[in-house]
Amino acid sequence: MKQARIRWHILVFLAPAILVYTAVMIFPLFNTLRLALYTRVDQERVFVGLENFRTLFFDPIWAEQFWNALGNNFWFFLIHMLVQNPIGIALAALLSHPRLRFAALYRSAIFIPTILSFVIIGFAWKLILSPIWGIAPSMLDAVGLGSLYAPWLGKEEYALTTLALVSVWQFVGIPMMLIYAALLTIPEEILEAGEVDGITGMAAFWKIKLPLILPSIGIISILTFVGNFNAFDLIYAAQGALAGPDFSTDILGTFMYRTFFGFQLQLGDPHMGSAIAGAMFAIILVGVCIYLFGIQTRMRRYQL
Amino acid sequence: MNKVRSNPLNTVAMHGALILYTLIALFPVFIILINSFKDRRSIFREPLALPNSESFSTIGYETVLQQGDFFLYFQNSMIVTVASLFFVLLFGAMAAYALSEYRFRGNMLMGLYLALGIMIPIRIGTVAILEMMVATGLVNTLWALILVYTAQGLPLAVFILSEFMRQVSDDLKNAGRIDGLSEYTIFFRLVLPLVRPAMATVAVFNMIPIWNDLWFPLILAPAEETKTLTLGSQVFIGQFVTDWNAVLSALSMAILPVLILYIIFSRQLIRGITSGAVK
Repeated sequence: MKQARIRWHILVFLAPAILVYTAVMIFPLFNTLRLALYTRVDQERVFVGLENFRTLFFDPIWAEQFWNALGNNFWFFLIHMLVQNPIGIALAALLSHPRLRFAALYRSAIFIPTILSFVIIGFAWKLILSPIWGIAPSMLDAVGLGSLYAPWLGKEEYALTTLALVSVWQFVGIPMMLIYAALLTIPEEILEAGEVDGITGMAAFWKIKLPLILPSIGIISILTFVGNFNAFDLIYAAQGALAGPDFSTDILGTFMYRTFFGFQLQLGDPHMGSAIAGAMFAIILVGVCIYLFGIQTRMRRYQL
Repeated sequence: MNKVRSNPLNTVAMHGALILYTLIALFPVFIILINSFKDRRSIFREPLALPNSESFSTIGYETVLQQGDFFLYFQNSMIVTVASLFFVLLFGAMAAYALSEYRFRGNMLMGLYLALGIMIPIRIGTVAILEMMVATGLVNTLWALILVYTAQGLPLAVFILSEFMRQVSDDLKNAGRIDGLSEYTIFFRLVLPLVRPAMATVAVFNMIPIWNDLWFPLILAPAEETKTLTLGSQVFIGQFVTDWNAVLSALSMAILPVLILYIIFSRQLIRGITSGAVK
């Protein structure tokens, strides 16, 4: 198979993809990490090593914002894991039930929020939850829970959780679809064998189906993790770049945007922005590595 | 077959749960759409009522069409999405073919290199991307967005397409080679038509995130003449916060094209996701 002549067609087939991918994705990624090691002094770019990271983690003004954004981001992720994925799995389990009528209709309808943009979702919920319009309070009144209403998006203690739940509402379609696909691949014989042994209904779900779809749940978890740690759009659309009230909905994405692009009185600082991007990169990398080496390799895969 | 599995009470409970969730999923969209066709008074007085002859009004749409250049935004979004998809599919299919068809040194490594981008979001590199676009003068052009989305879509496209290309029969390609077809002709004439379903899956997967993205239009192309529909509606709504008719109409105008496309392509999309493209 070893030939002296170069097989040009391989090069021609590979070159465009590799070039675009390298130039627009990989190179900027490393260049951003490199920029994090510099700072600007009187129009000059000066190498400062890890100084920016020290500022980010320990300088009182920066550190407060950074840890706040990081903590909020973890809370955002936790709500997705605890609410979005169980609901998605439950919906998929219902939809995959044999002989369920209108399954395709339900599936398509529940997926609709997922295809809409964050801007639409953000504003739509902002209007619905708004005390001015009054849809949310009057609907709660109708079921006798009117006293529970509060302007959730405007209160520091509720705003982040509310937005996380809106995001859950939007993205529940994705775990639903992926788990649904996984459930369809379980052969009927296995379930019938279970029935013969008396395992039916809920027990069949917990004892037979759930172990078989664990790999898909793993994939969903890592997709959720990566998605949440570079989230930005929903918060920006609903609360603006300042992630109000009082930065209570600030996550790493909005923090990075404000820092490197500048906002209102704050001047943009590409080097500090790069440092935040570097921190995000490290967090995502750790998450992906935990998944690849810690979870995926240990997970039992059943040959179906 | 089995009693438990076909218990009518169970069936009712299942439909009940699914209908409830479907209502939760559709309610906000429904509210926005119906209220966009009402006059200001009825929006506030009876937000849940359907528009009737008395409350019907298109004042919001008139404001939107006068004040915002939504046709231009729509056109920009269209150009960016279609062009990005074209490049993702063309370049992705070419690279996938090279990786799945030929054995050469560095094949594995190249595959792994491309796979890196599946998990790592391109947004991390935004600072350097912006710097590069400024340096090359591409900032505030649609090309900046097209390039970014092409790079973003390629890793997964190559991954999915090469899985499918491995299944194309070798006999067919070898028959082509014996007939004296060049490698390019084999790829474009024999292989590409056979992986069309996989290409459709990749296209549908990429379409929604590109169309809906706010981050890159905001940073790379915020100029009036390059605004995409997503950014355009964001800015527009931000300016008209107090004009509820205009805001609701703008939201509806942003929802409708996506909804129509979804109704046309939902079978394709759902089949794509459930066919196990994401393994």
